[in-house]
Amino acid sequence: MDMKTEKKTLNLKERYRLLTRDLGWEPSYRSADEVFPYVKYEGIKVHDWGKWEDPFRLTMDAYWKYQAEKERKFYAIVDAHAQNNGHLNITDARYLSALKLFLQAISPGEYAAGKGFARVGREFPGVGTQVACQMQALDEIRHAQTQIHALSNYNKYYDGFHAFADARDRIWYTSVARSFFDDAMSAGPFEFMIAIGFSFEYVLTNLLFVPFMSGAAYNGDMATVTFGFSAQSDEARHMTLGLECIKFMLEQDPDNLPIVQGWIDKWFWRGFRVLGLVSTMMDYMLPKRVMSWREAWEIYGVENGGALFRDLARYGVRPPKGWDDAEKAIDHMSHQIMLGLYQWSFGTSFHSWIPSDDDMEWLAKKYPTTFDKYYRPRWNHIKKLAAAGTPFKNFGLAKLCQCCQLPVVFTEPDDPTLLCNRETVYEGEKYHFCSDGCQQVFENEPEKYVQAWLPMPQLFQMFDGDVAAWMDWVSLRDGHDNGDYDGSRDQQNFQQWRGLATSNQ
Amino acid sequence: MQIDLRTVSIKPLRNTFDHLARRFGDKPASRYQEGSYDIQAAENLHYRPTWDPDQQLYDTGITRIVMADWYALKDPRQFYYSTYTLARARQQDTAEANFAFVDSRGLAGMLPDELREIALKLLVPLRHAAWGANQNNTLICGYGYATVFTQPCMYQAMDNLGIAQYLSRLGLLLGDTEALEAGKEAWLHGAAWQPLRRYVEDTLVLRDPFELFVAQNVALDGLLYPLVYESIVDDWMSARGASAVAMLTQFMSDWYGETRKWVDAVLKTAAAESEHNRAVLREWISAWSARAAAALVPVAELALGTEADDAVGEQVAALSARVAKTGISL
Repeated sequence: MDMKTEKKTLNLKERYRLLTRDLGWEPSYRSADEVFPYVKYEGIKVHDWGKWEDPFRLTMDAYWKYQAEKERKFYAIVDAHAQNNGHLNITDARYLSALKLFLQAISPGEYAAGKGFARVGREFPGVGTQVACQMQALDEIRHAQTQIHALSNYNKYYDGFHAFADARDRIWYTSVARSFFDDAMSAGPFEFMIAIGFSFEYVLTNLLFVPFMSGAAYNGDMATVTFGFSAQSDEARHMTLGLECIKFMLEQDPDNLPIVQGWIDKWFWRGFRVLGLVSTMMDYMLPKRVMSWREAWEIYGVENGGALFRDLARYGVRPPKGWDDAEKAIDHMSHQIMLGLYQWSFGTSFHSWIPSDDDMEWLAKKYPTTFDKYYRPRWNHIKKLAAAGTPFKNFGLAKLCQCCQLPVVFTEPDDPTLLCNRETVYEGEKYHFCSDGCQQVFENEPEKYVQAWLPMPQLFQMFDGDVAAWMDWVSLRDGHDNGDYDGSRDQQNFQQWRGLATSNQ
Repeated sequence: MQIDLRTVSIKPLRNTFDHLARRFGDKPASRYQEGSYDIQAAENLHYRPTWDPDQQLYDTGITRIVMADWYALKDPRQFYYSTYTLARARQQDTAEANFAFVDSRGLAGMLPDELREIALKLLVPLRHAAWGANQNNTLICGYGYATVFTQPCMYQAMDNLGIAQYLSRLGLLLGDTEALEAGKEAWLHGAAWQPLRRYVEDTLVLRDPFELFVAQNVALDGLLYPLVYESIVDDWMSARGASAVAMLTQFMSDWYGETRKWVDAVLKTAAAESEHNRAVLREWISAWSARAAAALVPVAELALGTEADDAVGEQVAALSARVAKTGISL
């Protein structure tokens, strides 16, 4: 054999094909149906997995190399943050409520997404699709872990972080996010991709990550902002995967369109409800605010989302059904949720508070058509009660939406004075919903949503209304983790420690 | 002279998260512990999977192995994402240097023809077996229970993919794209590879994550890696002047040496849990390793010819001894 044969020069695409797709084969000792048992039941038709366009061409050696570099930087900064009492550089300890909520509700979702991507990374028959999903599975483990590691130091000094794992499974408001991820994971592989890969990662992630990480930067939280920067290039890959996946489904067969459209409608609305918590964080929980929820929605929802759906229109996809109702809710939702959180603050493992006069001025300016008219009067009333020594506490049972699991606190899209409450009777039982969107999700798949675990009735079934026993069960330390920020241990400690660090007293 | 920098000293309120204090006591936790214990949802799961309503979303009942606490199955390497990627980044640096060395010195061209042929025939089809391993470890990660057990399976799956890619590059370096085509043809139709392909396809339909762990990581890879990379490449081929090939497979040898410690620890903990587990593991390991050994004989013959039987026999004995140390006598 000639020792000096010239090797063929392979272009990047061809080389990547050989290093990934070419690894797979059609099984012949077992049937494809046995090897990939879940890929047909949702009704999505795929004729040629080979038509999948690899959204990024990353081989494992390159993956290890790039990611390790990012990991080194991330942990160097997180270590320095811990060593130098970086927690004292935040604007105010009120800010931590946002982090507490994030760790209890969102980080577990990152982990769940990792499990879900491992599942679909096995269940899809196309090698290109599988590899992309597997890398995302690995990334999601990274995100869950880096978030826990970034926030671990706060846990040592502040309340509300210590029981995030218990809160994830037991406390009431985390089931908003938990039910979202459980819903996606109990769906088939294609719906999972629309739920997490497309709706969450592509349409909604900017509304979660950009405001959240910018909020961290604005409020001096070096640990979280470092996580955000470090995750950014992963997120870019995930967004590309989500978009590729939806285009692939739509291009494979015209019969897929109505199924995909149904999932887009559903998962837009599910995601929008989860983002309700983010709206509150942006408008109320950041001592130094980046922008209002309304402004974020204009940029990341209206502009970016609008452009996306214009692009998808060539496949026959229309914007999600709940889009108009979402637009009508934008100027109300953060106020409605914060009022809810405040009145039920006995049962939250984070603090809430009455907005200061300055805060209310800001809110009035950002929400000129709604705040002064509907919400300032309520806050003023609550303020008066607090000043009189009879703070407004609602120990009653919050009626939760059977679908999104938020308390039914939202108003009618066209009448902000009327509470929106929908009911459906299914097999003799009555179910409650916060909106038309959630009711429709239920009615399309009632046998699924009747199974939902509702955390509020639990308080009565298991503990007979004994709030203290319930608090033990959710690992909530009454008087420390919950209640008003004013007068809290977090507030006192932060002021005292900051005094130690910045003065000679 | 040591100078202590003075910093503002604040006494922390607590050492760690509640769930870690319950497991390990009230003391600062390691990053492995923080990133691995109790981070999978465990209670009040909302919906049954529509893809299999008999299962729960996270279900300990889908395997025959029974553990009181699945978080007992810890990884002795304490790999979480960061330590894992840092370890592999270092190894890929070495692998990269090895490939560059073999390429730049023209070592591939200096290989005796016969040995190059053997290397291609033996190693290139194995990239498909490694892809099968990737599928299986991905499934264990997806459906297995408890992060300490499942996260290393995701790492293992990505390693399997990395190995498949290194084997592909080896094929390209020693035999260009034709080598990959010939390797795939052999994997699909060559007589020597059919028992192994049948084995891999039979594992692809397993849905008990722990049985799959045994069939893939204990039985098949426990025989294949020492047989192919240690006995054949590092010893037999190097002795005949093909140590360049061993440079291209160093990643696999090092990787096997490291990952088997984790595999053994998992077996040992699961077996120590109960007589029931031990019996199930014994049954699985016996059945799958007998099949794997039979499937590997024709593969080993590609290099060793008539010595293949003995070489596989040695590995079977070595695997038995290794498994015995985990408390399972076959």
